[in-house]
Amino acid sequence: MAFQMLLNIFLAFTYMFMKTNFTLGSFVVGYFWGFVFLFIFRKLFNTRFYFHPVYATFKLMLLFLKALVQSTFGVVMLIVKPKLDIKPGIFALPIELRKDWEILLLSSLISLTPGTLTVQVSEDNSVLYIHAINIDDVKEEIDGIKNSFEKAILEVSR
Amino acid sequence: MRNTSRKERLSNVTGIYEFIIGLFIIIGSLLSLIATIGAIRLPDVYTRNHAIAKATTLGVMMILLGALIYFMVFESHFNSRLLLAILFIFMTAPISGHLIGRAAYHSGVKMAESSVTDDLGRDLQKKEKSKSRNL
Repeated sequence: MAFQMLLNIFLAFTYMFMKTNFTLGSFVVGYFWGFVFLFIFRKLFNTRFYFHPVYATFKLMLLFLKALVQSTFGVVMLIVKPKLDIKPGIFALPIELRKDWEILLLSSLISLTPGTLTVQVSEDNSVLYIHAINIDDVKEEIDGIKNSFEKAILEVSR
Repeated sequence: MRNTSRKERLSNVTGIYEFIIGLFIIIGSLLSLIATIGAIRLPDVYTRNHAIAKATTLGVMMILLGALIYFMVFESHFNSRLLLAILFIFMTAPISGHLIGRAAYHSGVKMAESSVTDDLGRDLQKKEKSKSRNL
């Protein structure tokens, strides 16, 4: 992915040298044509076309922001309610991600979803221990959310 | 509408900006206040951690965003350091919440009375047992 991006920048510079016009505008135009060129020759690389991971990263960032806003309002509603009827608890969640940065990203995403906070990652990186603030109404819903997060992260790294 | 002078229209636009900035800063400070109330009301370390880690993050981010827009509109000065601060808070807040929870758990802080399940305690006990059996 990084190699394709570097190649695209190199093509943009080549365009600038052919035009003898060293401005940001000509760099952007060169980058665009380099992008089209790489898209046409995408079969020659053994990794995916680099726009897919970039797009997946963008989507992941939006998901992160949405989770933050949702979780904040969930917690605020819980605090402001006159009667505290919460059932906290720690549950285990087996995960498929193996690389360190993927687990870091997933655990921070979980920390920012409504009513969950990562407490520990097991030593063999296969289970996350999550503290939930209200365990019975949250659990199934959260499994769904986590599947979507895990899928989004896999989409980036695949 | 055609008779309104340029100055008047400009003041209308500033009114909208003032409204947005005020909204951001008021919501941010309210969120910080509610997080503090949560820290007093909730029963144990872990649930307090929830309130602090989430509500304060968004609260501080919204106050900083309000300050950023204010200086951008009224002083026409784009302060990129505020943007960096927002980014840093966004990245570090969940990790600090995680570390506080983990440290509390391993120094033996009990969970609240109303807690239901404790899978981590169960698994740690299982591990202890298998270790002693191997010896």
